Amino acid sequence: MNDQVYKTDALIAEDIDAYLTAHQNKSLLRFITCGSVDDGKSTLIGRLLYDSKMIFEDQLAQLESDSKRMGTQGQDIDFALLVDGLAAEREQGITIDVAYRFFATEKRKFIVADTPGHEQYTRNMVTGASTAELAVILIDARKGILTQTRRHSYLTNLLGIKNIVLAVNKMDLVGYDQATFDQIVADYTAFANSIGVTDFTAIPISGFKGDNITALSDNTKWYTGPTLMQHLENVELDQASDQSGAFRMPVQWVNRPNLDFRGFSGKIAAGSIRPNDEVRILPSGKTSHVDRIVTFDGDLEMGVAGQSITLTLKDEVDCSRGQIIVAAKDPLEVADQFEATVIWMDEADLIPGRSYYLKIGAQTVSATVAQPKYQINVNTLEHTAVKTLDLNAIGVATITTDRAIPFATYADNRELGGFILVDKITNATVGAGLINFALRRAQNIHWQATDIDRAHHANLKNQKPAVLWMTGLSGSGKSTIANAVEKKLARMNRHTFLLDGDNVRHGLNKDLGFTDADRIENIRRVGEVAKLMTDAGLIVITAFISPFRSERDMVRNMMQPGEFVEVFVDTPLSVAEERDVKGLYAKARAGDLKNFTGIDSPYEAPETPEIRIDTTAMTIEQAADQIIEFLLGA
Amino acid sequence: MTKTLTHLERLEAEAIHIMREVVAEAENPVMLYSVGKDSAVMLHLAKKAFYPSPPPFPLLHVDTTWKFQDMYNLRDKAAKDAGMELLIYHNPEAVERGINPFDHGALHTDMWKTEGLKQALDKWGFDAAFGGARRDEEKSRAKERVFSFRTAQHRWEPKAQRPELWSLYNARKAKGESMRVFPISNWTELDIWQYIHLEGIEIVPLYFSAPRPTVERDGLILMVDDDRFPLRDGETPVMRSIRFRTLGCYPLTGAVESNAQTLPDVIQEMLLTTTSERQGRAIDKDAGASMEIKKQQGYF
Repeated sequence: MNDQVYKTDALIAEDIDAYLTAHQNKSLLRFITCGSVDDGKSTLIGRLLYDSKMIFEDQLAQLESDSKRMGTQGQDIDFALLVDGLAAEREQGITIDVAYRFFATEKRKFIVADTPGHEQYTRNMVTGASTAELAVILIDARKGILTQTRRHSYLTNLLGIKNIVLAVNKMDLVGYDQATFDQIVADYTAFANSIGVTDFTAIPISGFKGDNITALSDNTKWYTGPTLMQHLENVELDQASDQSGAFRMPVQWVNRPNLDFRGFSGKIAAGSIRPNDEVRILPSGKTSHVDRIVTFDGDLEMGVAGQSITLTLKDEVDCSRGQIIVAAKDPLEVADQFEATVIWMDEADLIPGRSYYLKIGAQTVSATVAQPKYQINVNTLEHTAVKTLDLNAIGVATITTDRAIPFATYADNRELGGFILVDKITNATVGAGLINFALRRAQNIHWQATDIDRAHHANLKNQKPAVLWMTGLSGSGKSTIANAVEKKLARMNRHTFLLDGDNVRHGLNKDLGFTDADRIENIRRVGEVAKLMTDAGLIVITAFISPFRSERDMVRNMMQPGEFVEVFVDTPLSVAEERDVKGLYAKARAGDLKNFTGIDSPYEAPETPEIRIDTTAMTIEQAADQIIEFLLGA
Repeated sequence: MTKTLTHLERLEAEAIHIMREVVAEAENPVMLYSVGKDSAVMLHLAKKAFYPSPPPFPLLHVDTTWKFQDMYNLRDKAAKDAGMELLIYHNPEAVERGINPFDHGALHTDMWKTEGLKQALDKWGFDAAFGGARRDEEKSRAKERVFSFRTAQHRWEPKAQRPELWSLYNARKAKGESMRVFPISNWTELDIWQYIHLEGIEIVPLYFSAPRPTVERDGLILMVDDDRFPLRDGETPVMRSIRFRTLGCYPLTGAVESNAQTLPDVIQEMLLTTTSERQGRAIDKDAGASMEIKKQQGYF
């Protein structure tokens, strides 16, 4: 190995500026190593770090003493000790999490995800694979293709890794025998084809002895392919294909330093963008043209996938966090039901039908997972019928979101087709999912068919169902106005029902508090109840602070088009606080009441309500008349 | 047409993405600022992430009163240049008891930094704190998440870390719980230096070699930065041409003898050196797993 000294050292010593220029232009490859302790995975990584001079003398000194104390290689250096991080892991001699390692050669910089290989750590491997562009699958030359090899190959392929390296390790222990290597490659080819992997690179190596890691080994003269390092340095990156597609950028943050600037910040997920390009904002579908591509280092002529930028548009269009700006001529699909492959990552089983948060791109929505269609046995790839998914289980299921979201299939784009599921109570990340395709709700979900339908209910009552949704600060006058509206409608023989915030919290929602999550769930339930009532043909009047725009929109989306009437009871905070009918503002100001809207919890005013009531300028009577006029005139 | 992004461009874009996620999802974020080179890079990235807005959070320096004078000078200037509020916190108990690195050993770090940080986060109610830790620094850091969840008691539970897939970060938490967020997790020491070089980021002059008053003690070259340095019998400060690879409390930070006066010189020296960055820090010298234990207790 010693004759293969990297030229780097000489360049650093002689011409640091030249070295820096060269290093600055290096590309980045993220890869994952798959294999069990027995396969010599940690040894291989330690070897890569060692051979690329990423180990300092003090680390080496500690490594040498550690090797003698607890190594498994006698008096030789045990490279595995370099990379087994957590104390608990060192004691048990296994890797139980994902660790990231870094090294660089003259051509590239590398980030290695080091993950455990046992079946009970499937979630860790999935995590490591999610950001990798290449996978090194280790095989012990003495053992050949094992169950775990199949599992690792299936998972890397599932997570969309296109470059697979089959590293046939421990060649020193089989006498560097070509026939052994060839047999393993033949076996693997057959298996790989069966799971749809058409291309891989097989390399005979010894991580322990260093054969074919950075230099072609004299022990394997029959092998004429690249060394492992050469392959890592030269393999084509995913970047090229990411940039070639249509433009997509999830909006992370709206940048508004002053009234004259409104920019949309995000990281480009696919394609490229230039000023004057026509773009569409999803899910709203509104279009505009790019004005500027703003960065701290000056405006760009072109932005490409992988860059974090800020776009300004030529028109004043609504756009907020979670929406996706796409090429106008080639937009994404928008749907609210999907078939997805779900990987379960929590100790507690999946509960089909429970509402979880689903985060995709920069958007978080509520979603339910139906009972899985099947679970995939990661060892045999057989499908089995299951009722749920437990830790490390992978299954295919229907996901329904509470609103339509723009998406790509995972096969098309990892960033727009991969999602995580978060438990609403524990806030733990409980699962990850890959969108396979959208399902059309109307065609595939069969609601309980009833003979007396909603139109019949409404016809009997001789009215058009509607939801009059009052929103506004506490003390703004929602309940008072709602009450006045209902009285007037009753006199006109309309069938109504008034859902009031305080009353619902005493019954249906008495288990909910005032955290953001509880407020959201409060509104979701009220929305569902209101929806049932409109199905029954009623005019529903609600009086809830409902502070968040997204939840009001969620309710709007539950209703038939035109049935949701948002009534913004617009009373300035100072006026509401002055009235303080229930004495709540005083308590909130004194700190006795937490999460009080307007004081320490935000109120997001409607941007385009159907009706706006200015309570400082009209009487209750006038307000009620205005609402009824809208309702019956509409 | 393909534009291959360099590794630094990709790391920068990733860090900016992370910072924006925090600002969008956290209620009250803060950036921990320790005036070192990693902090300098973090501050620079924050300016980029939110441009043309100033970074929408304050800087927090959990001070020990024992930093180098040059660090205090740059700290105040950098915050002012960025147009950001600078919060400075001193643990009142440490002030009262006069905790110092000469007399109190490990207690010094624990009281000023570990306890001080927890107190400061509680005092201002920060629910997300940006830190400049990197995975390449130390073995237990290699497994730390980018969004690292802390209990209401600020504890880190290495076995209960949330899986972190793709670039989807789960920032949800209950009241009282918080996040430490590490946008430069995937950077190496060389990346930091190279980025400082490329972007022309101002760093503390102590990173560059100059003649400075020093004493040699317990195998470390220490700089006599002010008159609080108690000289032992027979010790007299000697002028040496030194610089620092990492900066902390001056009585705990070992210097290296060097002639590197420019950034390329410093980088060259770093690349040719044979000891790792943390070797100059007294804190890591205990048992192999000491950093992991400190982190569980709440040390950054």
